[in-house]
Amino acid sequence: MADEHPPLEHVERGLRATRILAIRRLLTDKGVITVAEVDDIIERARERTPADGAKVVARAWVDDAYKARLLTNARSAVAELGYRLSHDAELAVVENTADVHHLVVCTLCSCYPTSLLGPPPDWYKSFAYRQRAVVEPRAVLREFGLALAGRVRVAVVDSTADVRYLVLPRRPSGTENMAEDALAELVTRDSMIGVAAARLPR
Amino acid sequence: MGVALRAGDMVIVRTADVGHHHRTPWFVKGKAGTVRLVHGAFPNPESRAHGGDGLPKRRLCQVEFRQTDVWGKRYRGADADVVLVDMFEHWLERG
Repeated sequence: MADEHPPLEHVERGLRATRILAIRRLLTDKGVITVAEVDDIIERARERTPADGAKVVARAWVDDAYKARLLTNARSAVAELGYRLSHDAELAVVENTADVHHLVVCTLCSCYPTSLLGPPPDWYKSFAYRQRAVVEPRAVLREFGLALAGRVRVAVVDSTADVRYLVLPRRPSGTENMAEDALAELVTRDSMIGVAAARLPR
Repeated sequence: MGVALRAGDMVIVRTADVGHHHRTPWFVKGKAGTVRLVHGAFPNPESRAHGGDGLPKRRLCQVEFRQTDVWGKRYRGADADVVLVDMFEHWLERG
């Protein structure tokens, strides 16, 4: 059904785009997936934005019992807030503390908690990030503006398989009296990937 | 496979240089680590990637490696730094 494919010349012809379109054409021509299924997956990913993940983090900051559930059974904990994960990937949440800082990478492709954060940023999919995050995470963090003390243990999480990881960033000091909605405003996408801390309150 | 792996078990990653798709990063092959947790069983990607049904499912373990064990002197960070990699059990041998 060649008619269903957008003409290639309408798409930016970078190497990656060309490769993706070639793979998609093979998969659809061979009947492995349909164009409609691909569109549906993209559409569902776009329904979510980092503001959704931020609501989960803010709830965990104000509710210790919720945080405990989130860290032990993330799927059911995010369902409490109305978020449904795709059926084919699990979710795990790792907590950043004064002692350990997690950052997430997928060295094999670009696995990402799309069901909660939406599509990943381009840099997350770049070869540079995927290689360097695991070899020299502290240098990568410095480039993102986060200088960690040497006593803080860095734990790189490589999501190679069926589990997507969300980082629970540290709650900034000076936010003790803030309401959950205002706290969520401090939670950035990058802080949930682990390449940054949450924003400080104004 | 013997007894299923559990959190705390010491493991060594197989070094097999398989010719098919697999989800074991090269940089941990042959390295020693510790199972941190077992996520559960998932379809085997080495079967699914080649048209198979992924069965039997394989248990997926999160394994912790010390960065200095993985990269040696190349690693510029703290000795306590680690990398946590999700690995299917059939790639792990007891260490």
